[in-house]
Amino acid sequence: MNGLGAAKSFPDVLLELGETNPDLFVVSQDVGPVGAFSQKFPERALDMGITEQNLVGVAAGLAARGKLVFVYAMAPFVTMRAFEQVRTDLAYNEKNVKIVSIFGGLVAGPWGSTHHAIEDLALMRVIPGMTVLVPADPHETERCLRAAAELVGPVYIRMGAFLPVHEEDYAFQIGRAIPLREGSDATIVATGTMVRQAIEAHNRLKERGVQAGVLDMHTIKPLDAAAIREAAQRTGRIVTAEEHGVIGGLGSAVAEVLAEAGVGRLARVGVQDTFCTEIASYPELCEMHGLTAEGIERAVLSLLEGGKS
Amino acid sequence: MVSDSLIRRLERQAAVIRRHAIEIATEHVCHVGGALSIADVMTALYFHVLKVDPANPAWKGRDYFILSKGHTVLAFYAALAERGFFPVETLQAYEAKGGILAGHPTLKAPGVEVATGSLGHGLPIGLGIAIACRVEGAPNRVFVVMGDGEMQEGSVWEAALAAPRFGLDNLVAIIDHNRFQASNAVDNIIPVEPLADKWRSFRWDAVEIDGNDMAQVVAALESASGGPKAGRPMAIVAHTVKGKGVPCLENTPRAHYTRLTPEEAAEGLRGLEVAP
Repeated sequence: MNGLGAAKSFPDVLLELGETNPDLFVVSQDVGPVGAFSQKFPERALDMGITEQNLVGVAAGLAARGKLVFVYAMAPFVTMRAFEQVRTDLAYNEKNVKIVSIFGGLVAGPWGSTHHAIEDLALMRVIPGMTVLVPADPHETERCLRAAAELVGPVYIRMGAFLPVHEEDYAFQIGRAIPLREGSDATIVATGTMVRQAIEAHNRLKERGVQAGVLDMHTIKPLDAAAIREAAQRTGRIVTAEEHGVIGGLGSAVAEVLAEAGVGRLARVGVQDTFCTEIASYPELCEMHGLTAEGIERAVLSLLEGGKS
Repeated sequence: MVSDSLIRRLERQAAVIRRHAIEIATEHVCHVGGALSIADVMTALYFHVLKVDPANPAWKGRDYFILSKGHTVLAFYAALAERGFFPVETLQAYEAKGGILAGHPTLKAPGVEVATGSLGHGLPIGLGIAIACRVEGAPNRVFVVMGDGEMQEGSVWEAALAAPRFGLDNLVAIIDHNRFQASNAVDNIIPVEPLADKWRSFRWDAVEIDGNDMAQVVAALESASGGPKAGRPMAIVAHTVKGKGVPCLENTPRAHYTRLTPEEAAEGLRGLEVAP
């Protein structure tokens, strides 16, 4: 499909890293075996069951003994039930633990809001010393995992972007946005699953004669403020796009940069301060809440109607 | 096996730990009651049981100690200082601006493994350390001190439930059962009894001792950390007196967080002088 070849899955990356690093542990939350890693290194694959607070504390304890720990858990539960453990045991205590979450955003669909995570990025972002990564496709996920393993300190990685975005090789660095499309009328700053939607929005807008650039903002924290300021100065209009509430996540982070820089106008695509209570499939929920290429397109056009500031 | 001379030495050392706590509590409003109740356990740990190297706190062979009830930090700091992790004079800089001794343990103080203060965090972290040592095949042990009010935290019981699954005989939980929490007697808030039975039902070995009787403290800690335990973690329910050693504080809600008048402190210090 593209020049990158097949991406390695999370369990396969773990297996590869775990082969050479005997200090690598996985602490998981009742999600079954973590691929071949669990089979090959059962002593280092700990299933802590449905004990989120304990699970994060155990991860901190393993790290206190010098281990490199990957926590593998459900996004809504590990970030909310165990928030204080993440904040105090991992970040305040400077522990080298990587939280890899599944079920970020609305992927749980009709299971309901208990299983949606549209606050996880906001919660993780406010914690001092936390790095927050939201990869846009399987290749980027692999790179995030490898980069997180190299970084000393707590990292939150929201997985779940399974469709390809990147078509050719690219440089990946935590905290450095990746320009994916050029455009002089507006810049779409997207993260995670919404990067693919942003590219589609770029294509749709192009047909209307609107040139919208796309920035893949895989790192929510530390945010690439320089790239945002540069895009705002060059294009005047910024649209953020995230599978997350508009309060506290990427949209808020970008708003902070723009307000402090005094440049650009902003529209935020995301869940508008509501629980997604409609009973509907994942794609239908995204549609209902405007988390689509059309939603991004509308936001860009609304800024254009407002004129260039 | 526990010699009288050892017990007398530790009792004298415990009196020194209490003296530091009383002196600091004369200068500061602080959590002195729980520090006085746990002083004997802290002394037995730091002056007899724990394998530590004050000159090299990160020594890989060390035993781990976590004060999960972080507010009773006076006894912890006093034990660390007396054991040589930092100068005893540093205790005078408790909560001093720019110092290393916060009102709850932080990583700034040499010998503190984990910053604590919010209750219910210590046992899960201790469990993680114990698992890591077990997987390494290393002999290090892990001791976690909790409060009885802390037993109201759900995360304690998550860890209590999980620990036996890993067959750990290198993990010891010590509950400072002084029967008071911040505002009142535990029994008047949310009772936690029967405490030892709870730990047993969670598949831990459990013993109950007088936690202010040095001989009993030493015997329990020695049995918890060396004897054959069939791969089970150990809980020691230490019945103690909150404010132990300062008569006007003993078994009062006030003991939790207060400042001592010079007269109250003098009374406590006089009691320490006549200790055996």
